[in-house]
Amino acid sequence: MVIAIAIVRTRNLLAVVMLSGIYGLLSACFFVVVDAVDVAFTEASVGAGISGLLMLAAITITGRKEAPKRHKPFLALFVVLVTGGMLIYGTMDMPYFGAADAPVHQHVAPRYINESMQEVGVPNIVTAVLGSYRAFDTLGEVAVIFTAGIGVLSLLTLPRRRKKTSSDEATEEQMHERHMVVRIVSKALIPFILLFALYVQFHGDFGPGGGFQAGVIFAAGIILYTMLFGLDTAQKVFNPSIIQLLAAVGLLLYASVGVVSMINGANFLDYNVLADDPIDGQHIGILIIELGVGITVASVMLSIFFNFDARRQAIQNSNKQKGEQDVSRTL
Amino acid sequence: MFLGLYNYWIAILLMMIGFYIVIAHGNLVKKLVGLTIFQTSVFIFYISVGVVERGSAPILAEGISDYSNPLPHVLILTAIVVGIATTALGLALVIRIKESYGCVEEDEIQKLDQLNEEKS
Repeated sequence: MVIAIAIVRTRNLLAVVMLSGIYGLLSACFFVVVDAVDVAFTEASVGAGISGLLMLAAITITGRKEAPKRHKPFLALFVVLVTGGMLIYGTMDMPYFGAADAPVHQHVAPRYINESMQEVGVPNIVTAVLGSYRAFDTLGEVAVIFTAGIGVLSLLTLPRRRKKTSSDEATEEQMHERHMVVRIVSKALIPFILLFALYVQFHGDFGPGGGFQAGVIFAAGIILYTMLFGLDTAQKVFNPSIIQLLAAVGLLLYASVGVVSMINGANFLDYNVLADDPIDGQHIGILIIELGVGITVASVMLSIFFNFDARRQAIQNSNKQKGEQDVSRTL
Repeated sequence: MFLGLYNYWIAILLMMIGFYIVIAHGNLVKKLVGLTIFQTSVFIFYISVGVVERGSAPILAEGISDYSNPLPHVLILTAIVVGIATTALGLALVIRIKESYGCVEEDEIQKLDQLNEEKS
């Protein structure tokens, strides 16, 4: 909370972004304390990792300073205080923190906790609910992520760039040569990050983890590589058009599981019919849809980052050209 | 006597901070950071609602009978990833605004808009 207030006060946007990273990490710690391990996992990789990165990429383009305020903030403060006051008044009737007899715990949660082992056969209840009971919901979420990815692509995609001149390449080489230690350490780390992502992906049935977290971690590993070795090198390995294709493939993989179960005479995304034994069917279903989720999330995050980075480079290059023109004019 | 409600109050305070940033600050990137804080306050609210005293993480194991409520965890877990995707979309919009207006301050953009209207 202190950090949130600091974010209000700070006008240097770089510091704001750093603080919001710390804020993300702290809220992840809070989620661990209140037993929400899966959520903590996600928040740690998203809030403290990817979101900070994307914001950094954005402020390199938009500039690092916030303009000083010109109008008085009292009206805003008043609106906020009234809203907060009414909300606090509303909490007077809410159940106390940690009460086991709160209405939330009476509705569907007992069924998830008591029956999911017999019905789904997966120890991690969060994965069982995510992948099986509320699979349709999750399909919708993945579709939203996919749509957001398409939105970013349509906003930021540049026309195909021409071949770079050799002088540009030389300067970039220098840039990346400079951070020798960071490069070598992360070169050693990246395989393990990717391996860890795969572990999280396929171990989600038993421990905390799953497609969402794995996708984000996998993307983070590749983004690290991109930052150190340059966008062009990374795009040689991970072709952007293939990544965009993969984003769609993940979503379709998810949906096709539902269609297959419909063909087998059950409801959409009812995995019981995928194998002879209902429990086996559930396992297969959850595995495949988590894979679909992971592929979509990872590739959407990657293509978003690639586009941000490409924008940044394009702007830098055009600035450089402008500078050269100015120099030649003065000469 | 109302101390048992402190989890809601923390969430509300965070929400107020985020809301204040969104209203009072003109810089669009800062507004997005504010929205992120607002979003996290809702996450914290949901998760704290799902807490059960002496409960354990919702992974079935021998010898544990109380688990915290898994449903809010599922909802929030997906919401976080969706949140970052939408934030990225917002940042992309900000970048485009920067390109066409040359700034990311709200009132400057409005001034430019008014100038354009007067011209046309």
